[in-house]
Amino acid sequence: MKRVLMICAIITVLTTVGIVWVLFSESYTFFQHVSIWDFLTDTKWSPVSTEKHFGILPLLSGTLLTTIISMAIAVPMGVTIAIYLSEYAPKKFRYYIKPMLEILASVPTVVYGFFALTVVTPFLQNYIPNLSGFNALSAGLVMGIMIIPMISSLSEDALYAVPKSLREGAYGMGSTRLQTSFQVILPAASSGIIVSIILAFARAVGETMIVTVAAGNMANLTADPRETVATITAFIVNMSTGDVPQDSIEYQTIFAAGVTLFVFTFILNSISFLIKKRFQEKYD
Amino acid sequence: MEKLSIKEKKLEAINLDVYYGQKQVLKNVNIAIKANTVTAFIGPSGCGKSTFLRTFNRMNDYVEGFRKEGDIIIDGKDIYQKMVRVEELRKKVGMVFQKPNPFPKTIFENVAYGLKIQGIKNKKLIEETVEKSLKQSALWDEVKDDLKKSALSLSGGQQQRLCIARALALEPSILLMDEPASALDPISTSKIEDLIWELKEKYTIVIVTHNMQQAGRISDNTAFFYMGDLVEYDETKTIFTNPKQERTQNYITGRFG
Repeated sequence: MKRVLMICAIITVLTTVGIVWVLFSESYTFFQHVSIWDFLTDTKWSPVSTEKHFGILPLLSGTLLTTIISMAIAVPMGVTIAIYLSEYAPKKFRYYIKPMLEILASVPTVVYGFFALTVVTPFLQNYIPNLSGFNALSAGLVMGIMIIPMISSLSEDALYAVPKSLREGAYGMGSTRLQTSFQVILPAASSGIIVSIILAFARAVGETMIVTVAAGNMANLTADPRETVATITAFIVNMSTGDVPQDSIEYQTIFAAGVTLFVFTFILNSISFLIKKRFQEKYD
Repeated sequence: MEKLSIKEKKLEAINLDVYYGQKQVLKNVNIAIKANTVTAFIGPSGCGKSTFLRTFNRMNDYVEGFRKEGDIIIDGKDIYQKMVRVEELRKKVGMVFQKPNPFPKTIFENVAYGLKIQGIKNKKLIEETVEKSLKQSALWDEVKDDLKKSALSLSGGQQQRLCIARALALEPSILLMDEPASALDPISTSKIEDLIWELKEKYTIVIVTHNMQQAGRISDNTAFFYMGDLVEYDETKTIFTNPKQERTQNYITGRFG
């Protein structure tokens, strides 16, 4: 039995190693044709056009744009909800509402994508006249909503874990509920909250379906949320479902983009791991 | 025990009953506490002494099912009246808890916290108050060079004195202490006890303690609680040498509890 368990563990590790290996070896071939410098500085991305450009910046900007929009929604909403649930809400309300919030996270992302494309974009077009049919704004907004429960749930756990004695200390000095929540409990839970934000950020960077469906697929170096953009993930989807021949340079761009994404989320995860380890306040 | 005139009464409980849900935890408690004294509440676990202490700054308000009958009077005013702002009350009635509970902030910010939430921005005033409070709580010499360090880096005894300083910074007139030394080592405990003795000059102190020797050492008056009743309340030396009630006698001599 022990051996079966061990084999299961080994299979997962081997799969991960395999993925990383394929990613890096395939992109190694890519970088023999395209210099890393060009890859990082060229402002155009057009691997299938006649005039080929392999600059990752437009995809990176698309990714960051949708991610930042989603975080602008998810962080304030998520943290506020967490504070409400942990400091204000009656126990019973918390008991029912928390699982309901978590349902938000279990809606398939392709559903969110079509929601963004067919509901949010037409709605926003009433107010923003030159909003493209595919745009970073609605994709980012909807992605933000999808990520809210991730932040609110993890942050609420962190807030709830702050010992009761700290709350009593704050109340005992004449703090109001608001002062207690924001000046004592929030700082005490800050490491957990920051970790939840970073994980949510990594989730947004890696999110695929929403941006593929709603943000379009036009590599576009822009900071304008009204425009059509392509994220790294959306590019990979479109490229893998297209009919580019294997072992061609076009095909290998998938792996180069994949490595970029991998490095990105790997760094984010490492940061959150370090924060968790170093800044966690110890109470016992 | 001498009878107090209305003016001398700092704290008073009149016919106080306290319930948690169906359970009655305090039964018709009457007590009057004189200003600038140290009063100890003793009694076995679950006798209601902590609950009673917490009625003086309304810390029970958040406990589910809490209900009380009777009155708590501080400086001649019923503190459970609707018009009383509980935040104002707690600035006047400071509290130190059983376990040191410094905020995860610097030493300085911990002591300055009370002033800051009142909207005081005058830097000089804040600095002076922090220094004064830390001196009063006999912690200044140990931390004056480390004010920017995290309060959590202090030892347990230091943390508790920091919590006392934090409460003093608000210049309360009453200090409630809920077993303030029970989580500390003997040296820290004796420091806290010396401190209580000094603070008495400026504050009225009510302390809940499990430790009978401690009550004997530091308090002027002692109240013995048992199963929600205030069994006996008298000068400490009388309680410890010549109690009137048999139950007090039995508890003091260690026959139960």
